[in-house]
Amino acid sequence: MSVSASPVRLTSRSLAVGGCSLCGLLNRIAGVERPVCRRCGTRLEQRKPDSLSRTWSCVVAAAILYPVANLFPVMETQTIAGSESDTILQGIVLLWRGHAWLLAALVFFASIVVPLLKLIALTLLLITVQRRSSWRLLERARLFRLVEFVGRWSMLDIFVVALLGALVHLRALATMSAGPGALAFGAVVVLTMFAAQSFDPRLMWDAAGRNG
Amino acid sequence: MQTLPRSLVGRLVACARCGAHLQRARGKTMDVLPLVLGAGILFVLANTAPIVAIEAAGARSSVSLLGAVLALGSQNLLGVAVLVAVTTFVAPAAELLLLAYVLCALATRRRLWGVAEAMRWLRALRPWAMVEVFMLGVLVSVVKLAGLAHVIPGIGLWSLCGLIILTAAAHTVFDAHDYWERFEALA
Repeated sequence: MSVSASPVRLTSRSLAVGGCSLCGLLNRIAGVERPVCRRCGTRLEQRKPDSLSRTWSCVVAAAILYPVANLFPVMETQTIAGSESDTILQGIVLLWRGHAWLLAALVFFASIVVPLLKLIALTLLLITVQRRSSWRLLERARLFRLVEFVGRWSMLDIFVVALLGALVHLRALATMSAGPGALAFGAVVVLTMFAAQSFDPRLMWDAAGRNG
Repeated sequence: MQTLPRSLVGRLVACARCGAHLQRARGKTMDVLPLVLGAGILFVLANTAPIVAIEAAGARSSVSLLGAVLALGSQNLLGVAVLVAVTTFVAPAAELLLLAYVLCALATRRRLWGVAEAMRWLRALRPWAMVEVFMLGVLVSVVKLAGLAHVIPGIGLWSLCGLIILTAAAHTVFDAHDYWERFEALA
């Protein structure tokens, strides 16, 4: 796949047509007040509405909750030996000590690294758009697709907590239940997913002045 | 704006500007229906049959997909319960039902009511159906429990594996562009 470097291409904006985000049909929108796709009735919007402010608010909220999610216990265990509560990181250490190195690495990646990288990546994308940067557009587009794709896998720890909580009710022997950190962590995952969904990558080319 | 010649139908085409995949059209939209029906059966099984059971000192406990959701609901973290319910039960179930519905429109050659709305929901639900992530969660849970108790895999686990494969296949074969062209052609 070769990518030519011509600065301005034909864009739907320069042609006054609107591609339907749902069914893909091209509609003429010149002079239409509130254009609607003539095939499926979807509102035609050239860019996602309020993209930057929506994405920023989700990112900021997630950044506030991220330390909370990591400091509070996600899992509470009661056994005959006593009760114990684990944060995400402590859960990973337990896996590591149990010689499940691959899984420990996987959970570490999904629960600690991915949410943090998502926050950093989204912040980078937002700031570069606002500074009207034309720096590494292709790499930033790839970064955005990565953030979009990888986000859901951070739910891993939530499911582990849910499963263990449902499964481990062995009378007096042991009981496990979800801790308050799980709520904060779930919120971080959902907020970063919303942030990725509300970000419009076309803004990067708008900001770089490539869309005429 | 990029024009795609007809000869590229069925090939993977990427945007000349950002490299995103534009289409992977195969035009075999009607092949999706049997996949959806199969996935529906496995979904019911995964929700009712036990996924894993544990045994320790004579005490036994097992869990199904729906059971995990209900058990969380009875604990004090409603937010987490809702999140798990949506991602493992509501979204996957709705996806299968909506896919079956929009495909029925083509199968019966009728412009069924609300197809556009159904397609909109399908798009919105896509990132929130996380059965495959849940499956990885099962794996991690089993390893965590291995030292504590005897772990027995159940029918639900195999159903879950099949469900993931069939759902992934359905989404790969389902081609929205082809669907809309066929739908438009209905009288």
